[in-house]
Amino acid sequence: MAAFVVSPLKMGPLLVLWLAGCLSGTWAVDRGNFKTCDQSAFCKRQRALKPGQSPYRALLETLELTNTKLTLQLINDNNKVRLLLELYRLQGNMTRVKINELKPLKPRFEVPDVLINDPPTEPLSLLSRDENGVVLSLGADSQRLIVSAKPFRLDIMEGREVLLSLNSRGLLAFEHLRIRKDTQASQQFEIAKEDEKVEDGMWEETFKSHTDSKPNGPSSISLDFSLPGVENVYGIPEHADSLKLKATDGGDPYRLFNLDVFQYEVFNPMALYGAIPVMLSHSAQRTMGIFWLNAAETWVDISSNTGSSETPQTDVRWISESGIIDVFIMLGPTPTDVFSQYASLTGTQAFPPLSALAYHQCRWNYNDQEDVAAVDQGFDDHDIPYDFIWLDIEHTDGKRYFTWDPHKFPQPKDMLQGLLDKRRKMVTIVDPHIKVDSSYKIHNEIRSKGFYVKSKDGGDYEGWCWPGNSGYPDFTNPEMRAWWASMFAYDQYEGSMENMYTWNDMNEPSVFNGPEVTMHKDALHGNWENRDLHNLYGLYVQRATAEGLIERSGGVERPFVLARAFFAGSQRYGAVWTGDNAAEWEHLKISIPMCLSLGLVGVSFCGADVGGFFKSPSTELLVRWYQTGAYQPFFRAHAHLDTPRREPWLFGPENTALIREAVRQRYALLPYWYQLFYHAHHSGQPVMRPLWVEYPQDTATFSMDDQFLLGRDLLVHPVTEEGARGVTAYLPGKGEVWFDVHTFQKHNGAQNLYIPVTISSIPVFQRGGSIISRKARVRRSSSCMEHDPYTLFVALSPKRFAQGELYIDDGHTFNFDKQKQFIHRRFSFANNALSSRNLAPGSQFTTFSWVEKIVILGASKPSKATLKTPDGKESQLEFEFDASMSVLTLRKPGVNAGLDWTVVLQ
Amino acid sequence: MSCALLLLLTSLALVMGTGTAVEIQRPRGVPQSKRQFYEENKPFTCLDGSSTIPFDQVNDDYCDCRDGSDEPGTAACPNGSFHCTNAGFRPAFIPSSRINDGICDCCDTTDEYNSGATCQNTCREMGRKERESLQIMAEITKEGFLLKQQLIHEAKRGQEDKQGKLTELQGSKKGLEGKMEALRTVKKTAEDPEKEAKERHLKSWEEQKELIRMEKDKTRMAEAFLELDDDADGYVSVAELQSHLELDPDSDGSLTETETQGLLGGAGKVDTSTFETVWSGIKDKYLSEGLSDPPAPVETPKEEESRDFVSDHDSDHYPEDYAGEEEDVEDDEEDDDHEEEEKVPPTVQTPEKREDDELSMPPYDTETQILIDAAQKARDDFDEAERALREVDGQMKNLEKEIGFDFGPSAEFAYLYSQCYELSTSEYIYRLCPFNRVSQKPKFGGSETNLGLWGQWAGPEENLYSVMKYDHGQGCWQGPNRSTTVKLTCGKETVVTSTSEPSRCEYLMEFTTPAVCQEPASLDEVLHGHTEL
Repeated sequence: MAAFVVSPLKMGPLLVLWLAGCLSGTWAVDRGNFKTCDQSAFCKRQRALKPGQSPYRALLETLELTNTKLTLQLINDNNKVRLLLELYRLQGNMTRVKINELKPLKPRFEVPDVLINDPPTEPLSLLSRDENGVVLSLGADSQRLIVSAKPFRLDIMEGREVLLSLNSRGLLAFEHLRIRKDTQASQQFEIAKEDEKVEDGMWEETFKSHTDSKPNGPSSISLDFSLPGVENVYGIPEHADSLKLKATDGGDPYRLFNLDVFQYEVFNPMALYGAIPVMLSHSAQRTMGIFWLNAAETWVDISSNTGSSETPQTDVRWISESGIIDVFIMLGPTPTDVFSQYASLTGTQAFPPLSALAYHQCRWNYNDQEDVAAVDQGFDDHDIPYDFIWLDIEHTDGKRYFTWDPHKFPQPKDMLQGLLDKRRKMVTIVDPHIKVDSSYKIHNEIRSKGFYVKSKDGGDYEGWCWPGNSGYPDFTNPEMRAWWASMFAYDQYEGSMENMYTWNDMNEPSVFNGPEVTMHKDALHGNWENRDLHNLYGLYVQRATAEGLIERSGGVERPFVLARAFFAGSQRYGAVWTGDNAAEWEHLKISIPMCLSLGLVGVSFCGADVGGFFKSPSTELLVRWYQTGAYQPFFRAHAHLDTPRREPWLFGPENTALIREAVRQRYALLPYWYQLFYHAHHSGQPVMRPLWVEYPQDTATFSMDDQFLLGRDLLVHPVTEEGARGVTAYLPGKGEVWFDVHTFQKHNGAQNLYIPVTISSIPVFQRGGSIISRKARVRRSSSCMEHDPYTLFVALSPKRFAQGELYIDDGHTFNFDKQKQFIHRRFSFANNALSSRNLAPGSQFTTFSWVEKIVILGASKPSKATLKTPDGKESQLEFEFDASMSVLTLRKPGVNAGLDWTVVLQ
Repeated sequence: MSCALLLLLTSLALVMGTGTAVEIQRPRGVPQSKRQFYEENKPFTCLDGSSTIPFDQVNDDYCDCRDGSDEPGTAACPNGSFHCTNAGFRPAFIPSSRINDGICDCCDTTDEYNSGATCQNTCREMGRKERESLQIMAEITKEGFLLKQQLIHEAKRGQEDKQGKLTELQGSKKGLEGKMEALRTVKKTAEDPEKEAKERHLKSWEEQKELIRMEKDKTRMAEAFLELDDDADGYVSVAELQSHLELDPDSDGSLTETETQGLLGGAGKVDTSTFETVWSGIKDKYLSEGLSDPPAPVETPKEEESRDFVSDHDSDHYPEDYAGEEEDVEDDEEDDDHEEEEKVPPTVQTPEKREDDELSMPPYDTETQILIDAAQKARDDFDEAERALREVDGQMKNLEKEIGFDFGPSAEFAYLYSQCYELSTSEYIYRLCPFNRVSQKPKFGGSETNLGLWGQWAGPEENLYSVMKYDHGQGCWQGPNRSTTVKLTCGKETVVTSTSEPSRCEYLMEFTTPAVCQEPASLDEVLHGHTEL
């Protein structure tokens, strides 16, 4: 749901007045509400610094090398302030560079709780050393790290090639903490240094009507990275922009600062709800990553010499308002390696309950229990499957989360039981702003326990949000999180049941009357300012909620929590969505690069509001959005309160049928989705991938925004143009083939294929060489399909080979992890034989599901097909062969999906 | 070991094990009407004719037919349907995907034969409940339909009454029109002589006034001559005139000899008779020596203005125009009466003030006054006739509007016209005034919101009069204008039974009325008409 605008009926008159003042009549983001780099004092100061000779020098005599790290002091020759550099070689081909003040006036913030552990190191060895610097070995592949002393600079080399340089443009800038000059205490330090002249915005800064007190003064940091040979950089979500990041010369840098942006626009570098400070660089030779572990407001400048005759190079500069420089350089060299490297640092995608991968029906708001029952029945009446129905803020008693409106939802358990009887589920919203109301238990407890974020004056910080005046629990406090988690216990959250899950919206946090619609930077989380950890708040909210859902089941059940704000590591706690988009074709298109960007930096469970949140979609747009959303990881329709109803059956039988078909395709493909998510969870590989991830040398794929891969094996090119009569899909892979999943038509790889489309078309192709499992019996919810049989689609490569996997478990508990209760099979087709073998011998699980059909694409006609099982039994399978499409269909092998078997074609 | 086998066994067990399950003599999920297509031990041909398969592949949990007809009793075909007999209730088809999905769909439990779901056979109970509710509905329908007949009858009578009234009004309108035309002529006839007489009166008054003015001027001239002729030699000389600086032609502050001479027409001095010419040149500027007050300048335009005021006050036009205005005002708001009062005073006050220094026009002579009175009466008569005609027109318009309303095929909804029905919820009082408007008023203070004005009948083609649509209500913040859909169902009473807002600013109201009750089928037919046993 929910940017900060709502019908005046819902809010107090004060808020209405204020909103009326903020709203312009036109439909677009009000840019004036959000800072440009120029309006953000530290960004302006830092950006005023131009590339050139760095004032920093490495003091080689201070070098210390231990088993785990190298330390070295740096000095700024202009002001003699010393920094401490720490270099680590991390397991898995990564280098960590940490720079802090040697003796800061007070500790500077270091981001906790994002890394899953202290990253294991490997020894660095000194290769050579002279007065100009030192050379260290990074182990494999003749990789070296060169530390140059004057000016200070780091280069990572492989052989004779520079992979990446730090401070090569001299933009390392570390604003040391200082005592304010105009205070008494500073009298004794009257050594006025040249670079310490007080500029506007160092000790106080005002934006619109908000003054930021900045008691710690200037504290920003900046560092530049040069990437020789690189033309393409990706990542640093969240921005509504193209997949391939653009040069920022002449415009604003990409901004990372979690904000509730009302009616955001596409194709610009403005900050949005979440921030993941991870950038990937890619060239045909190598993929690398830069993880800038800093949770303060951050800006990223990108410049590139692309187009000139010299070696291409991309230069990147990171600027953050506070904290330290702590950067992880992931050296790849393949995309898969970078994903694994990043996963080893921040963890992998939470493995969602299977049903969370199915279809979600949401709206702000389903009005009451009768409405919920009617919509539920509507899906059955129109034979459209769905798994989750969602309740937005109006279900609560006056926006008091964890409560129910007593008139509209008097019997929530009856409602939930009704859904449970249909094997369906519900999500209710629980936002992190808490109504200040002394008759509200949650508020009273948080207040009495001192769990609220404090204002700079030490009182409880308060701001406006949906309930009116609200407090903001300090989720950075582990005690607060533990208490919050305990509120999800069935006996605490009255009316909740095991089929009820949670949605955390507004967790940037959104503060309607705060600066840039968020929290004041000088608000306090314990000893730290919001300034230091702003981008972490949302992660903590989602974490505490996910932990609550786990706890309420005694640690048995997997949680499902959707959040709008996120940070590096948020993937461990659930799903995210692209926030309050709009019912416009541009927003449908941008959903692809937005989710791809998130996938590249660990967050696989991503989706956009199907249909668009603001405004009302045309029927064509709605249908196209269902068709696209059916092939994106998080598949949820959502709509603004003020828009007309848009349940799938409200647009005439033809459109109902189109939407039904799109949703059914999703359900049939759930086994594949589940397997992809298992992989994402297991190894950190993204579910939804840009083509270049699988075809890293194919330069044609580097800036593709309109198509994507699911895993390796499905290529999706959704129709996102109004009135489209055809799309041109690029099928990658020289010498490869792709099969249209609907017609089984075979196409060659490495070509642009024009596909005529109608309103029912969803162009999807299966890679020749793959085997994908589907469940052809689509039922009214995914749970109803649990025991249903599988159909295997074997798409043969030109060499008549194919491989695939199948993952099965109970679909909702942690038993797959704790008790190894799962089935993981490998299917291989080679030498005219298809076999299933166990990929996880240590695991055990039994399924009722069996193999009902095997469809082999690109096959030739056999004379017979023999099924062999380990007990030595053999049986002949009936089959059909469609010569026009070369499709062989094996009838009813009937073998259990968890067992070994082989089918031999003769 | 396959589930299909298991499934087959279970179904066999069901057939053989339960002695009472005699009705399953056809393959599972096949309705009686299609029994003949499923002949045991004979190859089965898909119902669409697309292929023929051995009979043991019917209901073997694998979909062979494109139309799904080989798997009526399993979930194997995506487009199949399953028939539940539901003995005791109503038979039904459900999509094949609901077979063995763990959810009890058929009240006879036959859809869940292998899912582990424990379903209770609820057909008898449901049948009983349905019969009960049908019975109640039937009674309501029966009574409602009787009421409807009455409504139709009343509406017919009402309609006839209205039509009669309309005809009557049409007649009287004609009369009134004739009368008005006649009175218009009378008015014209009376007004012409009135106008003439008034003009005559005015003209003689003007002439009289001119005489008076000329007299006054002459007196002033003589006084001035005497005043100027300081040496009383019967002549006004240059020297005598030179003291009157106000007469300086170039206004430079000094009256030269030459200038003075110029004023005297070139002569050194003038006598009384020549002074007459000089006077006309200087009288506007001349200041009397003895008077401190300047003489009242004779300003013709101002005089005319004030005269206009006077004559306007008595004018024949004004009251008439005003009367018309007054009527409009009264139609609108009562408050405007004050405005009327405010408008009058200036016209009354101004002449009063003037009366002191100006002579007022003498009253009309008797003859003229008689003509005026006669004309006024003609005007009043005419106005009254016009008013009467307007009233009849208004009545006719209302009647025509009512007669023109679509009150249903037999005008059965006519009784709702100009009625209002309310429903009170926890927060609001909703008010439906059929064929007029829907509104919502907060229970605890606050102003009423218009949820829509009568739009049209909006039911489906075959049942147009089952839904009313009210639109163009109050605009929504950032949204459309409010609108309300009213769903009509058969009931003995005319009541609003529920309201909701399914979409923002789109309201839904349920309304019962006997007017939509259909002629009841016989109860037996309702209860048993579609039951297959």
